[in-house]
Amino acid sequence: MWSAARALAVRDLQLLWRRRGDALQPALFALLVLVLFALALGNDPEMLARVAPGALWVAVLLSGLLALDTLFRGDAEDGSLEQWLLAPVPLAWLVLVRVITHWATSALPLVLAMPLLAELMALPREHWGVLFASLLLGTPLLALLGAVVAALTVGMRRSGILVALLALPLYVPVLVFGAGAVTASAQGFDPVGGLLLLAAGLVAALVLAPLAAAAAIRIALS
Amino acid sequence: MPQTASPAHPLLSAQALRFTRNDMPVFGPVDFEVAAGEALLVQGDNGSGKTTLLKVLAGLLRADDGDIRLQGQAAAPALRARVVGYLGHLPAQKADLSALENLRFLCGLHGSRPGMSLEDAMATVGLAGYEDALARQMSAGQRKRLSLARLWLSPAPLWLMDEPYANLDLEGIELVNRMVQAHLREGGGAMVTTHGAYAAPPVRTRLLVLERPS
Repeated sequence: MWSAARALAVRDLQLLWRRRGDALQPALFALLVLVLFALALGNDPEMLARVAPGALWVAVLLSGLLALDTLFRGDAEDGSLEQWLLAPVPLAWLVLVRVITHWATSALPLVLAMPLLAELMALPREHWGVLFASLLLGTPLLALLGAVVAALTVGMRRSGILVALLALPLYVPVLVFGAGAVTASAQGFDPVGGLLLLAAGLVAALVLAPLAAAAAIRIALS
Repeated sequence: MPQTASPAHPLLSAQALRFTRNDMPVFGPVDFEVAAGEALLVQGDNGSGKTTLLKVLAGLLRADDGDIRLQGQAAAPALRARVVGYLGHLPAQKADLSALENLRFLCGLHGSRPGMSLEDAMATVGLAGYEDALARQMSAGQRKRLSLARLWLSPAPLWLMDEPYANLDLEGIELVNRMVQAHLREGGGAMVTTHGAYAAPPVRTRLLVLERPS
């Protein structure tokens, strides 16, 4: 089980390295959105700080959505998914490994770049901790939910808009609690409630999303 | 190492296996067996359901009717993963990875036979020296050979080979026959689909002819 997971993670990292230009795209997209936001709202740091939690979260969420379609598509097209199905390890386990590698390479760099982005959006330093925690809990949850949607649409040729439509309703609660926690903190309220809900969602998704995605892949391939 | 099943049970047996797609019969009902040390040649025209049959046996598709037994037991997913090695039409190779990297991933996924290195397997299929070539730069025949190397390394005793001769040159066809022969000698079994234009491996062979259901 671990050797299969390691083989898959190593393969994904090698592939990513070969196409490192493409891999940077989601992060650059989020950066672009935030830079444009900061420029458009001009030199009004207070206003910028007020919209910062929402804008940061939306940028991260959309950049995740951008990368979603590639999660299983390549593997479906070249027959890798067939081999996943035939492997002596559960498909859900491989899906989980794939999603974790995907998250670690697409969302984690953004989360780590958060100080830079938060500074760009003039978010006061005392709220960085809450922002960081909400993103650290929220982005893997987004990735797991996205994996289910990507698996559902993997059998279709061009599914870009469908992926977005299916994913958005699932993403909205994450956005509300994630951005809400930071906003609450900025307004002087206790942000723990939102963070706990995100954590609960993450735990549930860690268990359930790979199973759901694996079932969807099985259906798509048959 | 392909372990031999208890002699009482064939590696694979199927009874009254039938598959329909959207109410259109694809094949069947068919009955057949593959014993250890034996190859089953599946012949049929295009569209007669050879690929579908192999996919059903591999567990990628679910049969409508019928019973599949592996080594005498019902074909549960865990047993299937251990017993069946599937060589399909899709190569499952990443264009941006080298031949060796592709092989390493697939062997990590499926497990490999102890005491056999990836480099040896590549030499066996005639790809020595191509370890670092990217899969995108390899020809269709070379990619097929890489898939054969993966199957060669697989610990599964039953090979399901879907058109293994496609894209191969004469020497490659010879290679497939040699591999099947060696595999059978070690107590494995093989099921090979072909549309009949190629020489069958010189081993104990049964024939299953699929006809397009009317």
